Amino acid sequence: MKTADAIDRAKAEGRRAFIGYLPACYPDLATSVEAAVQLAENGADIIEIGAPYSDPVMDGPVIQQATTEALGNGFRIAELFEVVRQVTERTEAAVVVMIYYNLIDRMGAEEFARSLAEAGGAGAITPDLIPDEAADWMAATEKYGLDRIFLAAPTSSPQRLHRIAADSRGFVYGVSLMGVTGKRAAVSDAAERVVEGTKAAGAERVCVGLGVSTREHVEEIGRYADGVIVGSALVAALRDGGPEAVGTLTAELTGRSS
Amino acid sequence: MTYREHEGPYFGDYGGRWMPESLVAALDELEETFRKAKADPVFAEEFQALSRDYTGRPSLLTEVPRFAAEVSGREDGARIFLKREDLNHTGSHKINNVLGQALLARRMGKTRLIAETGAGQHGVATATAAALMGMECVVYMGGADTRRQALNVARMRLLGAEVIPVEHGAKTLKDAINEALRDWVASVDNTHYVLGTVAGPHPFPEMVRYFHQVIGEEAREQILELTGRLPDAVSACVGGGSNAIGLFHGFLDDESVAIYGYEAGGDGIETERHASAITLGRSGVLHGARSYLMQDADGQTVDSHSISAGLDYPSVGPEHAYLADAGRVTYEPVTDAECMTAFEQLCRTEGIIPAIESSHALAGAARLSASWGAEGADKTIMVSLSGRGDKDVETAARWFQMLPGQDDAPEQDESAAQAAEAPQTGVQS
Ligand SMILES: Cc1ncc(COP(=O)(O)O)c(C=O)c1O
Repeated sequence: MKTADAIDRAKAEGRRAFIGYLPACYPDLATSVEAAVQLAENGADIIEIGAPYSDPVMDGPVIQQATTEALGNGFRIAELFEVVRQVTERTEAAVVVMIYYNLIDRMGAEEFARSLAEAGGAGAITPDLIPDEAADWMAATEKYGLDRIFLAAPTSSPQRLHRIAADSRGFVYGVSLMGVTGKRAAVSDAAERVVEGTKAAGAERVCVGLGVSTREHVEEIGRYADGVIVGSALVAALRDGGPEAVGTLTAELTGRSS
Repeated sequence: MTYREHEGPYFGDYGGRWMPESLVAALDELEETFRKAKADPVFAEEFQALSRDYTGRPSLLTEVPRFAAEVSGREDGARIFLKREDLNHTGSHKINNVLGQALLARRMGKTRLIAETGAGQHGVATATAAALMGMECVVYMGGADTRRQALNVARMRLLGAEVIPVEHGAKTLKDAINEALRDWVASVDNTHYVLGTVAGPHPFPEMVRYFHQVIGEEAREQILELTGRLPDAVSACVGGGSNAIGLFHGFLDDESVAIYGYEAGGDGIETERHASAITLGRSGVLHGARSYLMQDADGQTVDSHSISAGLDYPSVGPEHAYLADAGRVTYEPVTDAECMTAFEQLCRTEGIIPAIESSHALAGAARLSASWGAEGADKTIMVSLSGRGDKDVETAARWFQMLPGQDDAPEQDESAAQAAEAPQTGVQS
């Protein structure tokens, strides 16, 4: 399942796609898979599996703490593919990884893409890779038919949005605000502009994330975006209540319960 | 082929912009402002006036004959000259870059400066510029570094800056940069990030070099005037590489000048505890640039170690990676023990207390001079004395067991002690 199919399937059902983020191997491999399964069973269309990394500059305290713990427990990159494989086998969701580029670079873009495709992954979100530097990654993802999800920011110029839209495949990740991951009280009004600008630049599908943590946020963003991305709130739920709490929160966020 | 004129974003295979999209607009604005400023005589005048009247440029060139004799072990050893960046206002070369960037920040209408700092020298320089220009200032500093450079923390606070200790990761420079970047993503509207070395995304490597070029330009003129010819070798310590690139720049296109960069060798590069990114790292991306990087088999950054907080960084500026590959500059590690020997030698023979960072360059020069033996007789070495050692008095006193109540074994600093207990995270390759 590719991300565009997952987004379109939700649309056909009269919904916006719900995208949930959880780090691989937090608190351990089996539990992170269980939590992802809970995500899918409670309405997630796309699952983002985060690769724990030593220098996560786009992440706020909740995700940093979780990924640091996973690294402390000895996380290895091979386990990322194992988590993707198991989640793909056990759910109907499209599974992508969210990964800082040096982890791809170290393995080699081509080898990384091959391993990800082999594990059943749909593609990758690369928060510190801009299209300008992505020649290797573009070639590798083309070769293995993977989605490439670049980010669009409130400060991106129209020219940059064109390049981002043209080079992305699957969807574009619209960054809702200037900042790092973490819960926010309200959705920034920049989010709608990012979606409009990115669509005007030619993107077919734009999903919005950063700071989204309540059903209200999800509904608000659903009015203009093709999908809504939630991270820190789910990671906090996992930390405090395990996979079951992830399921409960997902049901709430997707409107399956209230 | 000229090395001196090389511009970003790429230096051979290195450099670029490996950064979140959110920061690209700010980097574009900075690049544009920098290009315009470079072509603007008014900016040049402002920068030169500050350098002269505030920093105290030109900095002296001092010959150190007693040190030279001591390290070569002979009366007719190579002559050694120190480029005295330690005499700049705030005590290191860092002020050159900070004043340049603060002027650019003012041109961009920014009212808040943020910075990372390792040894604290760059943080002190940034706090100083912010005070001078009436700007708000926040400095991120690894928790381990706030403890080993406590005096500089107090200096920054006295200057009105807020110092935020960073308590995750290795609690050193790399983690302070991560935190500064997180601040910047959320504050680019009114904030300029004053990166303190020739690392980071374009245009930082090229721009920071530009503001430090004056070191090499002055040094070249001064040595020609004093000795009538170019030096045989130049030596500088390399953390991110800003003092080094500043000095090297004056000599890169002079084939007769051998150029040496000294990385922190920590306990020795055969151990896991060092910061020799060029010697032992491999190409990777961190903090916005592709360069040599200390990383494990998965691409996770490996923690670096050095007695000097300012060199305790697991990567290096991209231009140095390029100069290393091109073979123009030779990079070698200097251990904690070697650098502390040179530190003591300079104190005792010349009455100059150097920064521990700069002592790596002194140790490198000592190594060169000793290796030349009698052939050194007609040779000269230029050393970048990038900073003064006031901030290091406690670390050095502990190293030499001069503190009250110290027993026999030299004590490890706090980060070293912590790291020794921490489990090994991976194999470096
Ligand atoms: C005195 C001194 N020298 C050198 C350095 C290392 O930086 P760079 O390699 O950018 O010159 C520092 C950094 O804090 C410093 O304080």
